[in-house]
Amino acid sequence: MTVRHTIRVENCGDHFTCPEGEGVLQAMEKQGRSSIPVGCRSGGCGRCRVEVTDGAFKAGPMSRRHVSEAEGGQALVLACRIYPRSDLTIRLATPAFRTAVEK
Amino acid sequence: MAIQGVLRPGYVQLRVLDMEAALVHYRDRIGLDVMMTDDDGLVYLKAYDEFDHHSIILREAPETGMDFMGFKVASEEALDAFARSLRAAGVPVDEIPADEGRYLGRRIGFLAPTGHRFELFASMGRSNACPMIDNPELWHAEPRAMRAQRFDHCLLYGDDIDGTMDIFCRLLGFVLTEQVVAPDGTVIAAFLSCGMKAHDIALVRHEEKGKLHHVSFLLENWNDVGHAADIMSRYNMSVDIGPTRHGITRGQTIYFFDPSGNRNEVFAGGYTFYPDHPVRTWSTDEVGKAIFYYERALNDRFMTVVT
Ligand code: FES
Ligand SMILES: [Fe+2]
Repeated sequence: MTVRHTIRVENCGDHFTCPEGEGVLQAMEKQGRSSIPVGCRSGGCGRCRVEVTDGAFKAGPMSRRHVSEAEGGQALVLACRIYPRSDLTIRLATPAFRTAVEK
Repeated sequence: MAIQGVLRPGYVQLRVLDMEAALVHYRDRIGLDVMMTDDDGLVYLKAYDEFDHHSIILREAPETGMDFMGFKVASEEALDAFARSLRAAGVPVDEIPADEGRYLGRRIGFLAPTGHRFELFASMGRSNACPMIDNPELWHAEPRAMRAQRFDHCLLYGDDIDGTMDIFCRLLGFVLTEQVVAPDGTVIAAFLSCGMKAHDIALVRHEEKGKLHHVSFLLENWNDVGHAADIMSRYNMSVDIGPTRHGITRGQTIYFFDPSGNRNEVFAGGYTFYPDHPVRTWSTDEVGKAIFYYERALNDRFMTVVT
């Protein structure tokens, strides 16, 4: 059986599970949840940008326009391109979200 | 010949994060044929019903988006005339010599006010894979996957769309076919044609320069749009919206994303445009129907997600 990890979204207290090896954003959508904004689902548009505050994951290709190499190290990532290896705690870091908080 | 000057979109070069994944998408799902890979690793593809050597160029890069879009013009003389009128209007033009290895004649290029690079060319080589011309069968072998017939148009996002529109309409002979206009008179979206299609390029006003909204491929009919939707579900492809229809241009369409997040469209239909037709205008309060005629509402992702 595939291991399922729990993904917690700090901002809104939402949580859902994600099978090991599946994208966090993809797992969220499949379960009908919407706490992380969905764009291209392919690491290109930056809409699903999050900061992983706790937990381990593997990352797929992400456009450098939205996540610099350094930021990848600091766990600023695209949720559609991370595959959990443990439970994760994440925080939204999309440009749209930032504007909403600053308002 | 009635259509002179710029004939049609010729090619677009896209940046992809992972070439292998991109090839599965463009070759095995959309159904394009790989024509060649050059020494720099760029891959050249074309749809089965296109005569010229290639229409889609893929370049592996760390950032997604569009490098440039090229239009084919009627003759070498027309190419020179365009270079002259662009320069006379103060637009810097660069020239790229012919490159036989890449099947390309000489090109001229310029940077538009929206930050997009455009190229013009008059000649491109053909390959054995081009459509038949003697007692022409429909195709050499039955088209694969989504059966895309051609690269049809791009929708680009940028800040100064008035400036880019001015170059296309005043200097390159394009005609505005349809537009979305805000109450204060600002044009938010413009659809431009260089021939008899409802659009060959479209522009949307957006704060950032040089963005790609989508690259579009023509399918034969609505039934093939459904077939494309079946393929997208079968292979768990990332779908944006559709199948649906646009009020603007009336095309029947699906939007989806390539594995690097560049948006693609496959569509069929759309009206025929004649140069004596008046401009069709949508107001912002009806823009939902303008974009998605069946849903009659905008989808935030469609409006804001670009590469
Ligand atoms: S949804 Fe576009 S980068 Fe994740
Ligand atoms: Fe389109």
